[in-house]
Amino acid sequence: MNALGKTLCRFWASSIGKKLVVAITGVMLVGFLLGHMTGNLLVYQGREDLNDYAYFLHHFLHGWGIWLARFGIIAAFVLHIIATISLTRQNRAARSSQYACETTVQASPSSRLMIWSGLTVIAFVIFHLFHFTVRVDPALASLKDPADPSRHDVYGMLIAGFQNPLIVLFYLVSITLLCSHLSHGIASIFQTLGLRTEKTRVPIERLGLAISVLLWIGFLSIPLLIVTGVLTDTEVTSMATPAVLSEPNP
Amino acid sequence: MNLTLKVWRQSSPNATGRIETYEARDIPGEASFLEMLDIVNTGIIEAGGEPIHFDHDCREGICGSCSLAINGVPHSRENGITTCQVHMRKFREGDTIWIEPFRARAFPVIKDLMVDRSAFDRIIAAGGFIDVRTGSAPEANAIAIGKEDADEAFDAATCIGCGACVAACKNASAMLFVGAKAAHLNILPQGHPEKDKRVLAMVRQMDAEGFGNCTNQYECEAVCPKEISADVIAKLNRDYAAAVVREAVE
Ligand code: HEM
Ligand code: SF4
Ligand code: FES
Repeated sequence: MNALGKTLCRFWASSIGKKLVVAITGVMLVGFLLGHMTGNLLVYQGREDLNDYAYFLHHFLHGWGIWLARFGIIAAFVLHIIATISLTRQNRAARSSQYACETTVQASPSSRLMIWSGLTVIAFVIFHLFHFTVRVDPALASLKDPADPSRHDVYGMLIAGFQNPLIVLFYLVSITLLCSHLSHGIASIFQTLGLRTEKTRVPIERLGLAISVLLWIGFLSIPLLIVTGVLTDTEVTSMATPAVLSEPNP
Repeated sequence: MNLTLKVWRQSSPNATGRIETYEARDIPGEASFLEMLDIVNTGIIEAGGEPIHFDHDCREGICGSCSLAINGVPHSRENGITTCQVHMRKFREGDTIWIEPFRARAFPVIKDLMVDRSAFDRIIAAGGFIDVRTGSAPEANAIAIGKEDADEAFDAATCIGCGACVAACKNASAMLFVGAKAAHLNILPQGHPEKDKRVLAMVRQMDAEGFGNCTNQYECEAVCPKEISADVIAKLNRDYAAAVVREAVE
């Protein structure tokens, strides 16, 4: 192997190297979440804006754009998972015996749940993709924008998709755990990248908390307002029952 | 003062240990924690038993020999002191105290409460030094060093190598120790020429010894008797990243 390859292998094999991979992929994933949330909030602008946005996502760069973005996110997600599982296993092995009197002085509960909140996110992502991206439910897949029947009705899909309280509950639990992950993770990025100092310590902690709360409100307000009936489909009033929904729109 | 002690007893490195209960009678409040153990040991020896083995040397907080997790916290919950500086007046009549060895795979138990911390020596041998013949002390002002740098290096240099950071960490990570030992040389002009080599070698040895990875929970910082800040860990991460990049391109 050449010298550069050797350096890279040693980097990946080292504790700090893997942590840097976790932090950099973490930055990418948090960036994705902020963008995704901002896009989602267009639901409050109404059907046309949200559907325009969805149309743009699927067609920019002649349809290549979304695949480039997806490829980047998937790569970051997979690297993040491989690195964190490997680090967690090493960490368990390094503390092979436990204290009979086990205590914690200042580690936050979120920081101690990282692997569990992360693994829940995997389950959530799979469900979420089948729910709204692959759309395994034909009732959701066949919705057409009333103003332009040639394109998918993302707005109507959200309203219909969040009528089931159990699904909303699953979103609530998963996003809450994701935001718990980030309440430790975002501040952690700065430490891992070596940017946390005495001066920046407090602002960084606040920033991490603020972004986590922002994402929590931004993501969860949508399903919660829909399931409670505050946000409804004004154009198709008969959409209240799923049975009607499963009929394809004219 | 009368106390109940729950003490880890382990006859040899490979024997299985267990918690045993001892009554500590008539302990004066002005006794130090180690003196309390001396009193208990005298009783055990007079009764023909095997005394409780523990590490100690200076008994004034400077050598880093004493260890012990007291009620699950290395050097006790009190800030900025070593076990030998803990006084019995901090406990109350009738208290039960759990006394265990520092727990980490990289710190195997030798006997009872004594652990083998030579992994730290091997990390220092890998790079925690400056590669020049020092001879007699040079003229103090021959190399000008800014006050901020001098203070920062000195704060890092106060590490006494006790290993409490490893013992407190959920992952038995040695990052606070290695961060302190690398920082105190890297900050100073004398240590600068070998900075990259030092950081890479010390981190490699740290990983080889089986210490865990830092998860930025800062339990180490909370127990460090010299109150070394986890900022040295951020600095180690930063210096490591820079060293890898330079190694890759130069
Ligand atoms: C959208 C999804 C995710 C985001 C935004 C995210 C974000 C983050 C961030 C920012 C960090 C801190 C990095 C650092 O310490 O410097 C982190 C750490 C961590 N993540 Fe995730 N993560 C996600 C998904 C996952 C998943 C699916 C897992 C499952 C294995 C996971 C497991 C972990 C673990 C165990 C850590 C702690 C690593 C350590 O401190 O050593 N994460 N994550
Ligand atoms: S960093 Fe603190 S806790 Fe760790 S070995 Fe040095 S003095 Fe002990
Ligand atoms: S015995 Fe030397 S520091 Fe405690």
